[in-house]
Amino acid sequence: MIRSILMVVLPAVVFSAWAEGPVHEFALDNRLKVIVKEDHRAPIVVTQVWYKVGSSYEPAGTTGVSHVLEHMMFKGTPNHPPGQFSRIIAANGGRENAFTGRDYTAYFQTLSRDRLEIAFELEADRMRHLTLPEEEFRKEIEVVKEERRMRTEDKPTSLTYEQLLAVAYRNLPYSHPIIGWMSDLENMSVDDLRRWYQLWYAPNNATLVVVGDVDPAAVLKLAEKYFGPLKPENIPAQKPRIEPPQRGETRVSVRAPAREPYLIMGYKTPVVGHADQEWEPYALDILTSILDGGSSARLTRRLVRGEEIAVSAGASYSAFARLPGMLLMDGAPAPGHDIEEVERALREEADRLKKEPVSAEELSRVRAQVVAGKVYELDSVFYQAMQIGTLETIGLDWRLIDEYAERIKKVTPQQISQVAQKYLTEDNLTVAVLDPLPLDGKKPLASRGGHDGTH
Amino acid sequence: MGLTRKSWFLLAVLMVFGLPGAQSWAGPEIQQWTTDNGARVLFVEAPGLPMLDIRVVFDAGSARDGDSAGLASLTSGLLADGAADWNADQIADRLEAVGAELDTGSLRDMAWVSLRTLTDRQAYERSVETMRAVLVSPTFETDDLERNRKGMLTAVRIGEQKPGTVASKAFHRAVFGDHPYATPPGGTRESLESISRDQVVAFYKQHYVAENGVVAIVGALDRQQAERLAQEVVGDLPRGVKASPLQPVSELKQARRIQTQFPSSQSHILMGQPGLYRGDPDYFELYVGNHILGGGGLVSLLNEEVRENRGLSYSVYSYFSPMRRSGPFVMGAQTQNAKADEALKVMGDTLMQFIEQGPTEEQLTAARQNITGGFPLRISSNSKIVEYLSMIGFYQLPLDYLDAFTGRIDAVTVKGIHDAFLRRVHPDRFVTVVVGNGQASGE
Repeated sequence: MIRSILMVVLPAVVFSAWAEGPVHEFALDNRLKVIVKEDHRAPIVVTQVWYKVGSSYEPAGTTGVSHVLEHMMFKGTPNHPPGQFSRIIAANGGRENAFTGRDYTAYFQTLSRDRLEIAFELEADRMRHLTLPEEEFRKEIEVVKEERRMRTEDKPTSLTYEQLLAVAYRNLPYSHPIIGWMSDLENMSVDDLRRWYQLWYAPNNATLVVVGDVDPAAVLKLAEKYFGPLKPENIPAQKPRIEPPQRGETRVSVRAPAREPYLIMGYKTPVVGHADQEWEPYALDILTSILDGGSSARLTRRLVRGEEIAVSAGASYSAFARLPGMLLMDGAPAPGHDIEEVERALREEADRLKKEPVSAEELSRVRAQVVAGKVYELDSVFYQAMQIGTLETIGLDWRLIDEYAERIKKVTPQQISQVAQKYLTEDNLTVAVLDPLPLDGKKPLASRGGHDGTH
Repeated sequence: MGLTRKSWFLLAVLMVFGLPGAQSWAGPEIQQWTTDNGARVLFVEAPGLPMLDIRVVFDAGSARDGDSAGLASLTSGLLADGAADWNADQIADRLEAVGAELDTGSLRDMAWVSLRTLTDRQAYERSVETMRAVLVSPTFETDDLERNRKGMLTAVRIGEQKPGTVASKAFHRAVFGDHPYATPPGGTRESLESISRDQVVAFYKQHYVAENGVVAIVGALDRQQAERLAQEVVGDLPRGVKASPLQPVSELKQARRIQTQFPSSQSHILMGQPGLYRGDPDYFELYVGNHILGGGGLVSLLNEEVRENRGLSYSVYSYFSPMRRSGPFVMGAQTQNAKADEALKVMGDTLMQFIEQGPTEEQLTAARQNITGGFPLRISSNSKIVEYLSMIGFYQLPLDYLDAFTGRIDAVTVKGIHDAFLRRVHPDRFVTVVVGNGQASGE
């Protein structure tokens, strides 16, 4: 009934493997990578253009610029005035949108299969020819500020998560919000966007992913026609950003108008491509599913149903990112219990993973879910394209999608204990607690930070 | 994690609508029958993937709560917490050990139990047996009831810290008055405290019966297998009787403005009235008209005026939510407190102009092209098709609803939209809710 907030804040991309439609990979002369996956179940096609740029590329002072640029990508080129892009897609029965993450900015259209060319023509045009008019920027930056107010400023749990990231990372650029700090949005100029666009929007910094009822040779031909003439750019190399050892627990409390307390904690963890041992991220992935891979998993079973300490409890981790991140756990107390009890129970669950090997049943359950999930995800062409685009854009190979299930199968209970012992440590932990302030500005709470269970 | 340019809310609204359409596209072939005990079954064969989706819906939403707001939701939430000889842990174990996903839930009209599973023998047998138990022999243990009650109470409190939820609850209360659609499906603090186990058991016995249910199946099964599946899952439910007709929704008599102070940096605006019902004769005119006004994703009059031209809101929209009886017509947006009056005025003016002048031929053509051209997208996955089947079955829409839809859209005229909006949408009697502008705002 009450879902863990992690499910909402952090929709971790889950990867799994099963027999799939064929995938074809091409590169144009301008080094645009084109990946086509056939799926002939329905007469539709999804096009996604992924750029290797996101909030983790942004320097201090211009946080949020990737996302603002994403908004401005709908504001016209010399060939297509502001708003025309969306009108053309709409008139062709398409759905379209875009999204910005830490490691990527991506644009998509879903259309019936005979309209693929329309998406290509428009995407190619805005890859190199965006106008970025000053007057459109002035309005759109206000829209983004409204978006920040809606998503973060007025959402106490989002504020708590934002603060967790801000204090957890000393050097990693995952410390600032994707949408940017409000003060940076207030000081942003259209020139910031011009520089950002110039730096990153080029065929050799992009991946074109097409999934659907298409003929790969025909897709390649269309790609060459529309994207082929675009000039590549000198893409700046990124300096490595290495997080120094944490050397002790970090805590932050967030006081905001709210009714219910909330806790989120993060342990620094490696990702695929940045791990001491290749198997570690996969072991962490299973570990997370042992904690929160459904209603039968440990957190809901023990905290929500067994001891009834929490109304919700969750865990999330993504093995696939450009830079290492955190394994997150969160929870909200049940009436009559406080946030300290929730934190204690979550820490106990982390400790238990270090001491006791996970059971054969639990492991078998996670594997069954991976196998089933691989079939279920084929029900969505959009999701299939998302997986390919994510992996390619963070510098991995889309073929990892197929290897995933095998790698998961090889993980042993001992390896799960090992990653728990190595990474789920106090010195590696950051905790953020939402401390509710009265919503009406006057009614004092019975005990600050505790739970007001009376009515 | 990512941010999208446009609120996903709009996609959710499209799903609520569940409207397909297109020139040359036909819908999937729907087969239909009734189980021996009287449950209607709709089935689409989908051999492409070794999986199946089954969704059983009942006329058991919060519109049936009576004086106990939250009763339908509490009942639904308890189904998978104990059934036959199994407790919640065992039910979850049985399903998840074979990778199956079971979902229960309820809204105002409908309650549902749905299952997605692989069709290999072990997964199929284990998950279907479990779903059957959840539907046919839930135990409603007292411990589980108390835990769910606390969970719902906490959810009510969490709703109180969300300005959008506060606005939506006030809006429904004001628009629907003494109609059952007025009360929040999640209940209130007072109502939740007083619901008894006897009430839950009685609610279940009355509403989770074959005559009051519809079964939708999409998956890698043939007709015979689908018949066996439906029989296994609902065949042991008592026949029962269909829920009695809901009272009609009364029209609003006068305009009403509700201003609630809230410590948020934005004001959340909702304005509207009772809208249309499933099977409404003005359905297609109002649907296409609203698509032009505020429903067409990134392209609509409201989006143009409020967001694109003035930068007032990230998300601005309008929708009709067609229900068994007249569901709400809503226009909504959120904007910084200082701009709330301006946003309200622009939204109101945009609507007034649309009602007075109607759409242009160009606008209508663009909307038609979008709706009909996007038809294949609407039925492109098993999960979308199973939603349509349950909607068609639940609201007793014609079986050729999907096939006929494109033609109905193409038949809509400028005059038809103009006329329907003039007759059906009355801004002079709107409920307008603004939540925000309180102390201790974030700005």
